[in-house]
Amino acid sequence: MKKETAKKGLIPFIKDTLVWNLSGSIGYQIYLCILVCLMLSGVYGYFIQFKLGLAATHMSNIVSWGFYISNFTFLVGVAAAAVMLILPSYVFNDKDLHKVVIIGEVVAVGALVMCMSFVFVDLGRPLQFWHLIPGIGQLNFPSSLLAWDILVLNGYLALNALIPAYIVYCHYQGREPVGKYYKPFVFISIGWAVAIHMVTAFLYQGLPARPFWNNPLMGPRFLASAFAAGPAIISLVLHVVNAATDYKIDNKIFNKLRIIIVSAAVINLLMLFSEIFKEFYFPTHHSQSAMYLFFGLEGHNSLVPWIWTAISINLVGTLILAFNPFRERQILLIPALVLLIVGIWIEKGIGLIVPGLVPSPMGEIISYSPSTVELLITLGVVGLGMFVITMLLKPALIIEKRYEDLHGIHDKDH
Amino acid sequence: MDSDKKKTIDRRTFLKGATSAAIVGGAAVTAGCKGKNLMNSSETFALEFQEYFKKHYRLMTQAERDKTVLRLENMARLKQDLTVDIDTTGPAPDVLYGYAFNVTRCEGYMECVKACIKENNLDRKSDTQYIRIFEMEHGQMSPDQGDGKYFHMVPRDGHFYMGVQCFQCDNPPCVKACPTKATWREPDGIVVVDYDWCIGCRYCMAACPYWGRRFNWNTPEIPTEEITTKQHYLGNRQRVRGMMEKCTFCIQRSRKGKMTACVEACPTGARVFGNLLDPDSEIRFVLENKKVYRLKEDLGTEPKFWYFID
Repeated sequence: MKKETAKKGLIPFIKDTLVWNLSGSIGYQIYLCILVCLMLSGVYGYFIQFKLGLAATHMSNIVSWGFYISNFTFLVGVAAAAVMLILPSYVFNDKDLHKVVIIGEVVAVGALVMCMSFVFVDLGRPLQFWHLIPGIGQLNFPSSLLAWDILVLNGYLALNALIPAYIVYCHYQGREPVGKYYKPFVFISIGWAVAIHMVTAFLYQGLPARPFWNNPLMGPRFLASAFAAGPAIISLVLHVVNAATDYKIDNKIFNKLRIIIVSAAVINLLMLFSEIFKEFYFPTHHSQSAMYLFFGLEGHNSLVPWIWTAISINLVGTLILAFNPFRERQILLIPALVLLIVGIWIEKGIGLIVPGLVPSPMGEIISYSPSTVELLITLGVVGLGMFVITMLLKPALIIEKRYEDLHGIHDKDH
Repeated sequence: MDSDKKKTIDRRTFLKGATSAAIVGGAAVTAGCKGKNLMNSSETFALEFQEYFKKHYRLMTQAERDKTVLRLENMARLKQDLTVDIDTTGPAPDVLYGYAFNVTRCEGYMECVKACIKENNLDRKSDTQYIRIFEMEHGQMSPDQGDGKYFHMVPRDGHFYMGVQCFQCDNPPCVKACPTKATWREPDGIVVVDYDWCIGCRYCMAACPYWGRRFNWNTPEIPTEEITTKQHYLGNRQRVRGMMEKCTFCIQRSRKGKMTACVEACPTGARVFGNLLDPDSEIRFVLENKKVYRLKEDLGTEPKFWYFID
């Protein structure tokens, strides 16, 4: 009690956070300006969409979900992937990963902000969003999987924002966080991470109207691809942190992440192969969507180059990460991570959503590519996500570094 | 301890305040964007403001329903100088609507499509149609193999025609999917949408195996003189942008004991509509005496729409 009075309170905490976020090198300022420009382009795009309605997109009654929902699906995976750091560091007490677990959690928060934004910009009547809020609105729970998704995503956002906020705030005050206050939530968040991605998969998997989605492998495959792409993105963020700040990240950590990524990527490829086998060994009427995706139907083959690119770079990325040539110099690892991320983004984004809707239940086949407005808004949402990640990560790392220097790196687990 | 409690309460009240502020702001934006005529704009604004806060249709009392109907009718008068009559007639007891389509008789004239567009005030700009007619070659049995875009003299040799629309499933996947309960199955079997409650997420559209739903991507446009003014709250009243709509078996007509517009318009008598619970109805005669089948029975959605061959 006596100690606490000496500690800094909430107001200096917020003040310091703001100062740290806004001050930095010229490079950092330029980076912030770019993010602001991205967000402004999104605002401009959304302004047009708000005026014209969703007619400003290239979606239609056949492809009724497009680029927004594609990106949403991919990013739910990125958010869920934080568990691949939380699980080893809290449950198996992995000291190395414990050092970066906060970065994973912050990336998850950013990804969730992007997810929610993508769903929001996809709504036909965004001002009526309050119809979803239980109490004043009507949430169709438990019947609608979308209602489930809203609940689990918001819950996960709360967990991933509040746990690190508590820990960082304690460290800011120079004290150990009290285990019983946050540990239970850590364990909840581990199960919850799996839940957000399974529920998102069930959103599609639960629709017998769409044979391409109505596939029991979808949930597990979502997890496998998420646990590859998510840690890959976290890995890239760590490289940036390592290069741009004095919060140094050990090579051991990159290696551990690499092993996680490779294991998940291999399982993902195996499941992809299993799906392709089912669709093409004895093609039925239900394989039409896969035909459309991989080879095109009736001249509509806009997705064909994308999916083959995705599969190739997915394979190449996985192989490079698995065999890690030039062991000491990791020059190939960053490009490999990028390849893997882009591959999974295509395959789990547009390569999953659009073929689910084409051919339509009435057999109609069309092509879809996002409109300029959709691209602008997407850029804006990505800018927003990166902004959120930056704004949370920068002060958190400064605080963590100070705490570390103050107390020395102790092996006492907390 | 005490101060802790106070803090949480404060936070809660703050959040409450913030939410309601956001909602009021939202209402102001929706309402404000539309007032074009300065003379009427403040009155329209007031009406739209009140409309924004109204409840889900199923939770309204009859008095509340009457109020919203009055507002909607006033808005039509102010904005379009149009007198509309919006009805809220509920389902009658012992009625379950069903539909049958005579594959032998239909010759693809598309009179039903035209009548439906007119009757249900469908958007002319995006050419929304609830009914699709597919031209099929002999040997085909499912419309997804047929041609839904034919444009030539009908009937064509060696071909037959199949109409599809919302099949008003008894076990509708769209209703299960909706996150806000904005679409539901009425006791008389019609699947309806509360247009003003729909948020436009389009999950129902993805869930429908029959492509029975249509989304308003743009603001619907209908020449004022072509608007059908006898309307139903859950049926053909004018829609706004960003929400889902669908065939309602012409709820504004069927609940008044009339035939749907498509049945009335069909020149070949290929369309049969009626009460499945009435043993003397034509639809019951068809179901009992003709060889009937339904599309995609394997999905278990129990559509109330049968095809039959003479």
